[in-house]
Amino acid sequence: MADSALDPSLTAAAAPVSSPRHTAVVRVTHWITALSFIALLVTGIEILISHPRFYWGEEGNVETPSLFDLPIPSSRASVVTGYGYVLPDQNGWSRALHFQAAWVAVLIGLFYAAYGLKTRHFRKNLLPAGADFSWGEILSHLRFRRPSEVENGSYNIVQRITYLIVIFVLFPLMIWTGLAMSPAFTSVFPASVTVFGGHQSARTIHFFVTVLLVLFVLVHVVMVYLAGFRRRMRAMITGHQEQA
Amino acid sequence: MSNNLSRRKLIATGLAATAGASGLAVAARIADQYGLVPPDYGGLYGPGATLTYAAQRLLTRHSMAREFSRSQISTSPRANGAPPKSESFKRLEAGGFADWRLAVDGLVARPTTFSVADLKKFPPSSQITQLICEEGWSYIGEWTGVPLFQVLNNVGILPQARYVVYLSFQPGWRNSIDMADALHPQTLVTYGMNGTDLPARFGGPLRVRVPRQLGYKNVKYATRLMVTDSLQGFGPKGQYSWYAGI
Repeated sequence: MADSALDPSLTAAAAPVSSPRHTAVVRVTHWITALSFIALLVTGIEILISHPRFYWGEEGNVETPSLFDLPIPSSRASVVTGYGYVLPDQNGWSRALHFQAAWVAVLIGLFYAAYGLKTRHFRKNLLPAGADFSWGEILSHLRFRRPSEVENGSYNIVQRITYLIVIFVLFPLMIWTGLAMSPAFTSVFPASVTVFGGHQSARTIHFFVTVLLVLFVLVHVVMVYLAGFRRRMRAMITGHQEQA
Repeated sequence: MSNNLSRRKLIATGLAATAGASGLAVAARIADQYGLVPPDYGGLYGPGATLTYAAQRLLTRHSMAREFSRSQISTSPRANGAPPKSESFKRLEAGGFADWRLAVDGLVARPTTFSVADLKKFPPSSQITQLICEEGWSYIGEWTGVPLFQVLNNVGILPQARYVVYLSFQPGWRNSIDMADALHPQTLVTYGMNGTDLPARFGGPLRVRVPRQLGYKNVKYATRLMVTDSLQGFGPKGQYSWYAGI
């Protein structure tokens, strides 16, 4: 699918016309991933509330010192939080939905990755071109100013690097550290957890990668808003955007 | 897009969907035959639970839970809860649990009741494994007991056996595992922990230990093992998934 090739016959028309922006696969996988991310985040927070303490190494529990505690109330009376109340236990459905949403994210992610490699989507649209790479360019984009019209058709250098990190580093690390907490999975692949230094290290890294992904989503949504919410949403839903 | 093309597309999609659905039905039958469908496959979260169970059952056929060195045994294990407060439990505890009984029945050739001393006559097995709670905490301990498969072989399991349900002295506490875990060499009926008799707060005198699954499958104060071909009436309780390998 063409990126933002401006067809002169279209731009010449008086009424606002549209140009293609995102392919159907990108749009569908984007929104399914977004939904499963929300489900994973909400249920992950619920599970975390039952033990808002973190450790490093193999083991850790309320009898052992923690690496750090989150200053939030807990859904277990056995965890001392300083709050005078205990939240209701929501782990049953939260765990079930967490893993179901994880399956959706993994399967749709694999499909997207296969599609991206086959259609050269990553190479064409996400891999930074050598000429784009300059620190001045990166610094100017890091000031999160309203994007220029040129950026309606393709991603800038900071976007490209960020999306690649999210797709190929953070999401895989999230799934990996999640599996590293499974006693059945580690019975088959013990190195999947020992490489992190143990079960509790994997859990702590799982938490920090969540923080990074939440930061990414926040900045992502703010940038969509700055760039023109209606226009960007239209592009990711219908695949087209109006020509200015 | 021409009308013709979209009609052709529609027919192709319809055919693909029909083929997909019937393929799925065949796959489900085969999966059930090979023990890849958990008892809680239905409901809102059934698809996720089934995918997890099937994937882990295929992967873990011959795998062993991670074992640790003696130096890694926790100096501060977590008991998580107090022993039963009932008079009958206190009486049994005062008697050193000499009168504690474990009944093994259901689909077995010779229903038998064992005392703790009877169980100690089996060749013992020890493991240094990690107990991982679904809440997120964990500790490493050394558990000693009799492999469940030895108890089951002793009473003779019938060919239709599919699950082992285990009941606790604590009213309402129970859980169950499939035969893959019941016959797994690391699945123990434990009576010892860290070199001593299993303390009451850790589930003594008898606790079922399933180290490839999370803490809630490791039921304390075991009083009865029931071999069954169905979990009807003994199914998963609450919303916690029946299979807890993750």
